[in-house]
Amino acid sequence: MTLLQTSLTVNTAAPLARRDALVKLGAALVPALALLGSVDPVSAGIVLTAAVLSVPAWGVRWSGLLRRAWPLALAVVMVTAGNAVFTDRKGGAELIDAGPVLITTDSVAIGLAAGVRIAAIALPGVLAVLTIDPVDLADSLVRHLKVPARFAYGSLAAFRLAPIMAAEWDVLGRARRARGFGGDRNPVTAVQVFAGRVFALLVGAVRRGTALAVAMDARGFDASATRTSARYRPIDRGDVAMLAGSFVLTAVAVTLAVVTGAWNPVISSG
Amino acid sequence: MGRTLRGARVSLRSWGWRYAGRRAWACRGVDLDIEAGERVLLMGGSGAGKSTLLRGVAGLLDPETAAETEGEILVDGQPAEAARDRIGMLQQDPETSLVMSRSGDDVAFGLENAGVPADEIWPRVDAALAQVGFGYGRDRPTAALSGGEQQRLALAGALVRRPSVLVLDEPTANLDPPGRTTVLGTLERALDEAGSTLLIVEHRVDEVVELVDRVVVLAPGGGVADDGAPGDVFARRGRDLERDGVWVPAPWGRPPPAYRPGPGGDPLLAANEVSVTYPHTERAALHEADLTVRRGEAVVVTGANGSGKSTLAMVLAGLLRPDTGAARLLDSPATPLHAWRARDLCRRVGTVFQEPEHQFVTRTARQELLIGPKRAGIDRDAAARRADDLLARLRLDRLAEANPFTLSGGEKRRLSVAAVLATAPDLLILDEPTFGQDARTWSELLQLCVDLRDEGAALVAVTHDETFADALGDRRVEVADGKLSP
Repeated sequence: MTLLQTSLTVNTAAPLARRDALVKLGAALVPALALLGSVDPVSAGIVLTAAVLSVPAWGVRWSGLLRRAWPLALAVVMVTAGNAVFTDRKGGAELIDAGPVLITTDSVAIGLAAGVRIAAIALPGVLAVLTIDPVDLADSLVRHLKVPARFAYGSLAAFRLAPIMAAEWDVLGRARRARGFGGDRNPVTAVQVFAGRVFALLVGAVRRGTALAVAMDARGFDASATRTSARYRPIDRGDVAMLAGSFVLTAVAVTLAVVTGAWNPVISSG
Repeated sequence: MGRTLRGARVSLRSWGWRYAGRRAWACRGVDLDIEAGERVLLMGGSGAGKSTLLRGVAGLLDPETAAETEGEILVDGQPAEAARDRIGMLQQDPETSLVMSRSGDDVAFGLENAGVPADEIWPRVDAALAQVGFGYGRDRPTAALSGGEQQRLALAGALVRRPSVLVLDEPTANLDPPGRTTVLGTLERALDEAGSTLLIVEHRVDEVVELVDRVVVLAPGGGVADDGAPGDVFARRGRDLERDGVWVPAPWGRPPPAYRPGPGGDPLLAANEVSVTYPHTERAALHEADLTVRRGEAVVVTGANGSGKSTLAMVLAGLLRPDTGAARLLDSPATPLHAWRARDLCRRVGTVFQEPEHQFVTRTARQELLIGPKRAGIDRDAAARRADDLLARLRLDRLAEANPFTLSGGEKRRLSVAAVLATAPDLLILDEPTFGQDARTWSELLQLCVDLRDEGAALVAVTHDETFADALGDRRVEVADGKLSP
């Protein structure tokens, strides 16, 4: 039984999609760290606008992005609504007054600021992760961060087994039902059945992991020879430009927020 | 690298290996000389140490896992561990031999490990992909390949290192018949080109016999029981091998059992327009399929890997909810099977999974047989009597207190079938019941299925095993791309 996983189609030749994996992660991390420091609509708005405008340059389509990132969109809506309802700043004009729920123009502004901030922190990271091939990330970790090859490529091989284990988990559930288990109201039985299912999954994982390790060593993975890389990709000017762009954008966003007086540190010194 | 492409000579000198924590030697007293370029099929009953010997020749046995070793294995006079870069290995399950997500990267992996300069890697990768007839580009995701394609890719990953010895551990066991044929054809061409020495273990050997020029039989207690040209060995020893459960190919082996028609009876199971589309997939796994199965009838479902035949089996067994339509037992048609309570379902429908371990839910073999009846609310004494009968009938009585996970492959299979039969279901769904089984367990499974059918049960068996399908099937259903053709 094959469970084909749909993957997002990424145009890997797009200007931002073809950047080094670590550079992409770094470029996404810089604005996120700055935005974690403040809750204000100005810095978050600037970063989010830039991120949204950059989507085509990552080589992903909006439709594909929405299909993959809808949980994020949902989270943004929930955060916005939650903040609008539960903030204690209820100034401005009343919009909805339904007993305990009071929504005013001020509370909507608070909600929007929180939602925009979450979206601005998450979207660049989502774009980076969606457009990174795990193999490229492992290459980059080994080359630029000197992560041991045994760890990086070993993890890579192990991650390949994840969809296989997900499919096996389903099969184990069916096998339990076939033996008369499932839909139990008795919590003790339910826990026992679950534990047995986990145990069977682990037995299979250990067996596969062992076979995989043998297969890798059979191809010289444990050899003492110096490893070469078939995919040598130096950090180029485009990579440097992307990181620099990310720093500049972040600096501009923070500066404007401070100048306009919107900067609102999460941890205030007073 | 300029190495001439020819095979290496492999010598085993009184070689033996005992794993830590085991009392018995996995393999011992083996003296064997394999000439450069020779193609050897290694045989022996289960537990004769075939896989251990293969790993030893591949230099992959870790001395830390051994309690005791004896003798040595030499590759062109060098200890096997020191000749590792001259040996290529292929295992049974291609899913666990691929490392990378892109096909070309995966073939390159072995060259990177060997420290081959980057500019030499891609020409060699392309040559290896061409050698195995890989029909896609380097960027093809490995996850999008069929089992046969994955195994050919894994073969390319071994060949690209220009091995002097190829060591193959059941390389076609997980493949469907077309996949098996293409992998063996590819292997033969590659061997003709490279001249590598071949050492292969395979379970069902009919097709492999034509590939090899020598058969070596390991004796269960240690040492080599027989050695020679395939025809000679099978003529001399075919009977003994069959007694040990080894598959002996035609014309030396026993002819496959003849088909006897089942008694037939009233229709018991009906599936109407059942279709299934798995989440995250675009194509339906099963398209509005209809199927009726009678009592006393065995229906065999065949088709390539991924054709949807296992999905059909899961729907028929009431274990998977179809998107449209339903499967129902015609004597209780009010509720579709997928909506039955599990404890009711196991009393009427028994499902045997391809992997016996998936089914085990208790700590001893005997409990496995008692738990189903307990769930189904069957009288305890009657269940105990039936459990004892089944254990005896399936040669498990001496293992009644053993942990199911510690049994051998054949014992696990027999136990998984016994556990399902414990609730006396009258509909049996079997998914690849004979997969990986030795000749003896195979015959017992077939006889059991025939008996159950003759007693009036309805059987649906999903299988790649043509011999089993021919001997059991009253009717055959072929599944291709989620569609049934009777």
